[in-house]
This record gives sequence, structure tokens and C-alpha cells, in this order.
Amino acid sequence: MSVRVQSAAFDFAAEAGAFAQGLPGVGAIVTFTGIVRDQAPGGLRAMQIEHYPGMTESAIAAMVAQATTRWRLADCLVIHRIGELAPQAPIMMVATAAAHRAEAFEAAEFLMDYLKSRAPFWKKEITASGAEWVAAKVEDQDALSRW
Amino acid sequence: MIDVLYFAWVRERIGESRERLETRAVTVAELVAELVARDAAHAAAFADLTGLRVALDQQLASFDAPLAGVREVAFFPPMTGG
Repeated sequence: MSVRVQSAAFDFAAEAGAFAQGLPGVGAIVTFTGIVRDQAPGGLRAMQIEHYPGMTESAIAAMVAQATTRWRLADCLVIHRIGELAPQAPIMMVATAAAHRAEAFEAAEFLMDYLKSRAPFWKKEITASGAEWVAAKVEDQDALSRW
Repeated sequence: MIDVLYFAWVRERIGESRERLETRAVTVAELVAELVARDAAHAAAFADLTGLRVALDQQLASFDAPLAGVREVAFFPPMTGG
């Protein structure tokens, strides 16, 4: 189980390849990669991601611990970037490995839902017309109720 | 003494990312009332508590939670990770 909060860019193909090494008994690996969508009104110049150092790592570790008690995961990986990101850059990724795909898919969705509204990250969009904090979506909050 | 941290637009509205203060507040809500009384910037940041979240020693909490033994309080808008 690995959690990384970093300002550096990451190569999700390389990360997925490395994650897939040495996983005996695993029949399914699910990966999800979030990308900076370049669709802000007026054109997105950059996305800034602020976080709460310390709480970020412990909150994600708690989500990962919860996922491993609910699903039989051989391994999982969470990477989330902070700082200033260019449009179309990868923001974050989740990878899960399990014996069967249902567990890998469900655990990845669970981690995604929790990362969206329970990990202390805040996105700010920088556009030609200024900077604006991204508002939390009610759907993202509601998504937690299914778990 | 208690450390109070602000993030995202709460930090911008208050103009500080953290402050250390002496408080007699027993709950988070009482601490908010003390902060609001300090100046217009704090009052603006805490104008609508429904748009705010609070963490006590880096754990999400509610506004009626007690502050006894807490060293770090953080206020921030709903999180937008992922």
C-alpha cells in the first residue's frame, strides 16, 4: 500500500507498470487517472491545488486502511499532485490489485469517492479572467452514501 | 494556546494561513464567535458556516465539538480533491 502526495509530475503508464510487478495471486488491476480538464469558461491556464500537510497523508492512509478491510486487496497505490498543474496534466491516480476484478473496481471507486470529498485538497482554476476556487459538487458528497 | 489554520478561500479572506491564540472557547462554535468578533476579515470568512468544514488535530469534526485537549483547529471549505 503506497500513498504519495507530490508536486512533481508522474508518468501513469510507468506507475501502472511498476505497480503490476510482483503481485502473486492477483488476477485484476484497476487504475484510474484524473486529468486537469481544460474546460473552464474563458480557457484554463493552470490549476492550483492546495492541501493540508499532515492531514492529507493521514486522511488518505485511513481511506486505504478502510478499503483493505472491505476488499481483499493485494496492493493499492494513491498518488495526488499538489501545486500548480498545466491543463491536461495528470492530477492523481489510484491503482488497486485483487484476485478478481469486482474487488479491484469497487475498491478503486471507493477510494476515488473518498479522495474527492474527504481528503483535504482544494482546487483553484486560473483563467484569463482571474482565479476561482472550484466549488464542491453535491453529487460528490452524495457519492459517499453508497459505501 | 491553540493553533488555528485556514485553507483555500478561508485563508484568502482572513489574510493569514495560521495564527496562534489564547482562547476560552469550550467548543468550536465558541471559538468561531471569538474569531468573528476580532475583525471584519474574520467575520467575512465565517459569515456562512454551512459552507465551512472544521478539523480538530487533523480529524474532521463538527462545530459543536469540544476543544478540550485540542492543539490545532483548521477551517476550510468543502474539499475538492480527485
